[in-house]
Amino acid sequence: MASAFAQVTAVTALNLRTVPSRLGPSMVIVIGIAGVVGVLVALLAMAEGFRATLSSTGRADRVLVLRGGANDELSSVIYRSQVPTIEQAPGIRKDADGKPIAAAEVFMLTSLPRRGATDPTNVVVRGTQPNVLAVRPEVRIVEGRMFNSGMREIIAGRGAAAEFEGLTIGGSVAVRGDGWKVVGIFESGGNVHESEIWTDAEAIMSAANRGAPTSVIAQLESESQLQPFKDFLTKDPSMTVDVLSEPKYYASRSKMLSNLINGLGYFVAVVMAIGALFGALNTMYAAVSTRSVEIATLRALGFGAAPVVVSIMLEAIVLALAGGILGALIAFVLFNGYTISTLNGQTFSQVAFDFRVTPALLVQGIVWAAVIGLFGGLFPALRAARMPVAEALRAG
Amino acid sequence: MAETLIALDRISKHYVRGKEKIEVLHELSLNIEQGDFLALMGPSGSGKTTLLNLIGGLDQPSAGTITVSGQRIDTLSGGRLAQWRARNVGFVFQFYNLLPVLTAAQNVELPLLLTHLSKSERARRVQIALTVVGLEDRAKHKPSELSGGQAQRVAIARALVADPTLLVCDEPTGDLDRKTADEVLGLLQTLNREHGKTLIMVTHDPRAAEYAGHQLHMDKGRLIEAGAQA
Ligand SMILES: Nc1ncnc2c1ncn2[C@@H]1O[C@H](COP(=O)(O)OP(=O)(O)OP(=O)(O)O)[C@@H](O)[C@H]1O
Ligand SMILES: [Mg+2]
Repeated sequence: MASAFAQVTAVTALNLRTVPSRLGPSMVIVIGIAGVVGVLVALLAMAEGFRATLSSTGRADRVLVLRGGANDELSSVIYRSQVPTIEQAPGIRKDADGKPIAAAEVFMLTSLPRRGATDPTNVVVRGTQPNVLAVRPEVRIVEGRMFNSGMREIIAGRGAAAEFEGLTIGGSVAVRGDGWKVVGIFESGGNVHESEIWTDAEAIMSAANRGAPTSVIAQLESESQLQPFKDFLTKDPSMTVDVLSEPKYYASRSKMLSNLINGLGYFVAVVMAIGALFGALNTMYAAVSTRSVEIATLRALGFGAAPVVVSIMLEAIVLALAGGILGALIAFVLFNGYTISTLNGQTFSQVAFDFRVTPALLVQGIVWAAVIGLFGGLFPALRAARMPVAEALRAG
Repeated sequence: MAETLIALDRISKHYVRGKEKIEVLHELSLNIEQGDFLALMGPSGSGKTTLLNLIGGLDQPSAGTITVSGQRIDTLSGGRLAQWRARNVGFVFQFYNLLPVLTAAQNVELPLLLTHLSKSERARRVQIALTVVGLEDRAKHKPSELSGGQAQRVAIARALVADPTLLVCDEPTGDLDRKTADEVLGLLQTLNREHGKTLIMVTHDPRAAEYAGHQLHMDKGRLIEAGAQA
């Protein structure tokens, strides 16, 4: 007897040749699964893009000092008296003048109207120090200039500038009181800061009647200095601060929303997958029944039940994979790099980010397709194999 | 006396439909000799196809034994029975049962895909089988491009390409006109006389039955008459 493999190949080749004569029903599988995979990949790409944007904000050798127990910058306060201790702590890199590369910042929210809309939306205002470009060297002023200390001057991240009314050079917006002049636009490598507006810490604190900054950001000499730096501050009983590396902080920021989008993605995909599975089952049952005489004839000629099962499943899987690849491709073409902004549920501010259709997501989508194809083919294939040959031949 | 190829011993076949039990064959016994050409006749529903399917290993009896070339086939599992069919039986059906997407040659090649023959050897045998049925010039035609008689001859080529001892034909001329039927029956007769194939053919047509060496008549699941014919 020829090997089972040879039989499977022969019967599968035969099946696939009959697909063009069943094109309509076969397209049900392809299109149904393309839809599932397209939606799944798009939603996961959205979560992935959000996560990537927030986690790309972090640098492993940069630390954020927050009040002990504060989950984020918004709920943190650092007393002015604590700032020098933090800035003089061991491990912080010094600049050419021997000054620590660190900045005490104040993190606030304000609301501005979005372009073309009237109802205001939250945006992050970060009051920072004139040396912020040394602390965050990935930031570049792409238009205009840096704000001057003590002045009501702001620079806007590229994302925020695109999003909000009035954030153009020479424009003026109300932050805490009117008359904050936009003097520059900055880029930050696509990270979360591009959705913020920055100004001088002292200027914004006095305008907002705030006496203390919210956090200190510092550049360490190296990643290995994190632990000594942390130990120094946490062992000081007067401090009560938390020290987090930036990636750790931003990863925790993005978790809730990216989990939410992921969850939504999987939920929608599962619902759609169930629909596509029934479509596939329906198509394959129909295929098996229209081909029952052909299948019975092959069985009469001596082909085994196993090659019939495998070949029908392979047909379903091939169609499903075609759908999966189509859906993944559509998601890639339509959404990869597509920029949207969404409310970050944890800071209630706008964050602009790109969909990221990564190879891993494409593979995941195609695996889903294969699994749907597998089950969509399995039961019809088993029915075909159990069909008594003599009876099926009569039906012809 | 030629030796017995097929021995059916008190075989019964019934189907169960709900509460009803339908007896199709009743303790039927029959010996078929090697090299015989047997015509099986009888009214519709008398069990001819059922009997033929049992002999060809497409179905299993409810009771009784079937021995072919000394081997019990009623006890074989589905998979073994399929292998047995591939080696020992060629089937010819009333409606040809060719696969429409394949050419004549590819249809004929199907049983050879179950052997270890090389591609070139398979092509050679397909060529021979098509020559035997007189259709070597139609090798590349699809079934839809063939007449009924030609299609049935392709089906006969497929039945004999793997060189089985036994050919079972269920109303092979049931769908053909007189003249074409005569050609096909003449071909079957040649296979029996010149190639030594044992043939069992179900037919409604007394003229077709005359091509056979023997005729058997069935009624209500029993053999009612067995006579030698010229
Ligand atoms: N799967 C089945 N379930 C129930 N009854 C069946 C089944 N297959 C066949 N029968 C019955 O068995 C009887 C014999 O059928 P069979 O096909 O063998 O007759 P036949 O002699 O070949 O008839 P025909 O000349 O019309 O082809 C019929 O009454 C048929 O209804
Ligand atoms: Mg019949």
